[in-house]
Amino acid sequence: MPERVIGGFRKIGHRTIDGVWRMGVSTRFFLLTLMHSGICLRRPQLVIREIFSAGVLSLIIIIVSGLFVGMVLGLQGYETLQTYGSEEALGILVALSLVRELGPVVAALLFASRAGSAITAEIGLMKATEQIAAMEMMAVDPIARVVAPRFWGAVISMPLLAALFSAMGIFGGYLVGVVMIGVDDGAFWSQMQSAVDFREDILNGVIKSVVFGVAVTVVALFEGYDAPPTAEGVSRATTRTVVTSSLAILALDFVLTALMFRGV
Amino acid sequence: MSGNLVEIQGLHFAYGKRPILKGIDLSARKGQVVAIMGNSGCGKTTLFRLISGAVKATQGTLKVDGLNVGDLDQDGLYQLRRRMGVLFQFGALFTDMSVFDNVAFQMREHTDLPEAMIRDLVLMKLNAVGLRGAHDLMTSELSGGMARRVALARAIALDPMLILYDEPFAGLDPISLGVIGNLIRRLTDTLGLTSIVVTHDVQESLKMVDYVYFISEGMVEAQGTPAEIKASGLPFVHQFVHGEEDGPVLFHYPADPYPADLRLSHA
Repeated sequence: MPERVIGGFRKIGHRTIDGVWRMGVSTRFFLLTLMHSGICLRRPQLVIREIFSAGVLSLIIIIVSGLFVGMVLGLQGYETLQTYGSEEALGILVALSLVRELGPVVAALLFASRAGSAITAEIGLMKATEQIAAMEMMAVDPIARVVAPRFWGAVISMPLLAALFSAMGIFGGYLVGVVMIGVDDGAFWSQMQSAVDFREDILNGVIKSVVFGVAVTVVALFEGYDAPPTAEGVSRATTRTVVTSSLAILALDFVLTALMFRGV
Repeated sequence: MSGNLVEIQGLHFAYGKRPILKGIDLSARKGQVVAIMGNSGCGKTTLFRLISGAVKATQGTLKVDGLNVGDLDQDGLYQLRRRMGVLFQFGALFTDMSVFDNVAFQMREHTDLPEAMIRDLVLMKLNAVGLRGAHDLMTSELSGGMARRVALARAIALDPMLILYDEPFAGLDPISLGVIGNLIRRLTDTLGLTSIVVTHDVQESLKMVDYVYFISEGMVEAQGTPAEIKASGLPFVHQFVHGEEDGPVLFHYPADPYPADLRLSHA
């Protein structure tokens, strides 16, 4: 029995040390990426290519999801607001929900699943097929040539995708609330215009999406670069990217929301 | 000073506490094709990684063109690698690039040559391996032998002084095998390179190399010209060259006596 207890403690200890070690290594990896980012200014076409991979190829899922989330918000919001006779405030509800929370958070979750997993799988497979090693043998630093352009491409894409998600969501809310249900067109837009503040709401939403973009991309890049060079290793790394970055998004969202909107 | 491009003396290497190389002495003269042979797990790939500077020796000296590889920092190592080419076992071509872009990769990364000149150089390198007509193909459209030849064109892109080949014959059909063997010999001679081939393909290697090192259990077991190796009476070399199942390298992994494992001792 004591053997089993000691074994359990030992396992917890190992996992803790491993977790702290991974955090340290990933932080060093992040700093190295920033230090090697000069190439992105010298050769912007490398970043533009990654904006296409991470951003443009994520457009469909972002647009469709944004539209449906906005439509659901329109329906649910109308149901609630009409109880209090405030259905004209539907525009405010839809816009604030999207710009402050759902836009950055849901877009980041979708981004982690679509682009984050793709980044991890691509880099993991490059490692497994010795492409990373070949690059090092050709005296080309893979952190500068492979990692940094993907980092900046994804970080630039994320706020743009979040903005597009919010815009599509508002359009979805408009379709349901105004076109289908018949909420007053003028009230919908004018109340939204007066209630949504650029700095408090939009800018804070943009800051959130940038932070989420950095978190998702660092996790995705590190997991890919650290993946064991086997099929199973790449598969596990891809799964870890989605799980870790999703949890990071939700945790960071709480912290940022507390700081931004409650003045903590 | 001798005309050796690569000089290794008393080289030791261990992964943790497990020794892999136990005092290797080896040299490669300029213009030679040198083969490093041995059975799987004997340490030849580790030696390949040591020469390329991917790992550092625990003891001994390893010099490439007079530079002690173990003493070089990252910048020094990268400077040296610009003068080295490496052919990986399965080519390690960049899968998101065309054949042309793979060969042009180092030129674009390390030189300021205009694109028109890069085009001409890439086509010349591809012509040397017989694949000028394939420059537009993606790497997924290449056979194993073609991929190996494109990787060879990429390795000679910046006219290196030394090329390292990691199992260049692995998994190739007999025609591709002969083509790669001839290319290694021809490119070494015409471009004035030095080539080090890590392989266990005895027959193909002995046709075209100048000198052979046999490694067994982390040490140089035998060395000599192909003629000397073929005539060698050493049991290990004889077993290896003739592909014999049993000899100094045992067929059976060490185990308890067979009857005991099958519990036949009480019968």
